[in-house]
Amino acid sequence: MDENERREYWRRNLKLMAVLLTIWALVSFGAGILFVEPLNEIQIAGFPLGFWFAQQGALITFVILIAVYVWRMDKLDDEFGIDEYEEEVHHS
Amino acid sequence: MTDIQAWTLVFVVLTFSVYIYVAYASRVNSTSGFYVASGGIPAPANGAAIAADWMSAASFISLAGIIAFAGNGYGGSVYLMGWTGGYVLLALLLAPYLRKFGKYTIPDFVGDRYSETARMVAVVAAVVVSFVYVAGQMAGVGLVFTRFLSVDTTLGVIIGMAIVFFYAVLGGMKGITWTQVTQYSVLIVAYLIPAVAVSAKVTDMPIPQIGFGKILDELDGLQADLGLDMYTEAFSSTNMLNMVLITAALMFGTAGLPHVIVRFYTAKSVRAARFSALWALFFIALLYTTAPSVAAFSKLQIISDLSGTPSGETPGWFNTWSEVGLVSATDANGNGSIDYVDEVVINNDIIVLASPEIGGLPAPIVGLVAAGALAAALSTASGLLLVISSSVANDVYYKKINPQATEARQLLVGRIAMAGAICVAGYLGINPPGFVAQVVALAFGLAAASFFPVLVLGIFWKNCTAMGATAGMVAGLVTTMAYMIWTIDIYGNGDGIFGILETGFGTVGMLINFAVTIAVSQFTPKPSPVMRELVEEVRYPGKTELVAKHAQGELDV
Repeated sequence: MDENERREYWRRNLKLMAVLLTIWALVSFGAGILFVEPLNEIQIAGFPLGFWFAQQGALITFVILIAVYVWRMDKLDDEFGIDEYEEEVHHS
Repeated sequence: MTDIQAWTLVFVVLTFSVYIYVAYASRVNSTSGFYVASGGIPAPANGAAIAADWMSAASFISLAGIIAFAGNGYGGSVYLMGWTGGYVLLALLLAPYLRKFGKYTIPDFVGDRYSETARMVAVVAAVVVSFVYVAGQMAGVGLVFTRFLSVDTTLGVIIGMAIVFFYAVLGGMKGITWTQVTQYSVLIVAYLIPAVAVSAKVTDMPIPQIGFGKILDELDGLQADLGLDMYTEAFSSTNMLNMVLITAALMFGTAGLPHVIVRFYTAKSVRAARFSALWALFFIALLYTTAPSVAAFSKLQIISDLSGTPSGETPGWFNTWSEVGLVSATDANGNGSIDYVDEVVINNDIIVLASPEIGGLPAPIVGLVAAGALAAALSTASGLLLVISSSVANDVYYKKINPQATEARQLLVGRIAMAGAICVAGYLGINPPGFVAQVVALAFGLAAASFFPVLVLGIFWKNCTAMGATAGMVAGLVTTMAYMIWTIDIYGNGDGIFGILETGFGTVGMLINFAVTIAVSQFTPKPSPVMRELVEEVRYPGKTELVAKHAQGELDV
């Protein structure tokens, strides 16, 4: 990768991170804590919605977020022709 | 010997034999194998090992009990979100880059990126955090042995120590990793079977994550009848500020715990490190989404079993657990029946262990749960012991005392350090300092306040300086410890500031660390151009020249 490609790769990585971390904060600190009371007014399958986010929904979303990250980064690596990964561990 | 004891013995002997076999089959003879399994573990296996490493005796034995009984029900959500949300941070902010950097330990990264002083601060923080955490695991092993096999706690801990000694000293990280994969399988099966059985029995819905929605109304009603806050009500036991701070401290602490981070060095490649994080969180979420369901079902059952029961007619599970002193009910007001609110005392640690009995499940399942609890405790203990051993042998002995040491010599020191650490851990397990439970929760605050900021800034900010990072780590660690000592009941019992609980203060300590690191970095010597280029290279997953050179020790930064 040359200088420009690197900058582009890093920019897109940061953008993806920003989007995913925003969702991360919204489902946990948002739906699970800050807005839990209004959301609890809504009931789905027996769960008050805010309570569900705090004990189930946030956790499930976290797994999906990492899945999306792994998938998008694989695609990004592909686009930039990275198919050889660093595999050594070293002794300094 | 009762049925339950016989089955417990069968499962314990069976699982322990498997661990020993797996460890023997994967023994190692190089430092790279001993510290990071030669970086050759496939992603799903690495994920399972991370999950077993991560889910401790506290997750397996205590989590459901804390959700059900420590507050009203909602309050326990801090642990559920905190202990899983940290993996998102790990996966996105740390794992791929640290893997690309490719060293053995966290102090290695800190030392190479910043300075030797920073390395020493990191060694101390890693060892303190790990010892604090490991004491709780050994105590958990003792508890299971006492209750299920009626052996003395001391003997129980010694058996646990001997097993860990065997596979950790022999197999190092490789032995530990493959044993943990086995232990994960044992613990998840042991956790899910009773949860599924109880959910199916009570609600006809075998998926516990969905089933417990059907009893929440009833549970809310029961608690309201007893004059308690409803199960699903928000902020009744912890206010909003503390909910946010504690959740954040647990999340950032998770992303700063040395025994978790080091796991990404064992992945095959940068790509495998990303996948490891995904597998790990998936495996962890299986248990963590089940825990609140176990909590709700147990609480419902316990309230209906005990509330208003004539005092001589308590159910069988209650009587066995009151013999070990973990539950009690005294008819204090002499009205002939048990008042749930005032007269029942339940230890949080029994909920999972007793849930099969409470739900009336057969003896083999009870034995399986005991084996699962042991798997959870032993797997976490071995991961922590490896961090202690590698910090001492690699970061102190090899880097500071004897840089000329041969590979064989380093391995020997690593193994001796491991053996020493096991003895200390065993001692702490037999004579647990009274504050183990609190201290484990505090370990997260300390990890958040010390490691997380310097790791993230070290990768994402090329101008972060050595002095800045050292000052930041010290500031975060010292303020957090000082606040904890000041406010925690057993020491200072101070009121704190703004009512912030000591478990949530790690978040504040972390912000202090960030602020100090950034401020000091403004006017201290900038990292060398070569170091800045190296940080730049760490950001790209492909093979790069500088990282390779650095690894060979040919790079002068």
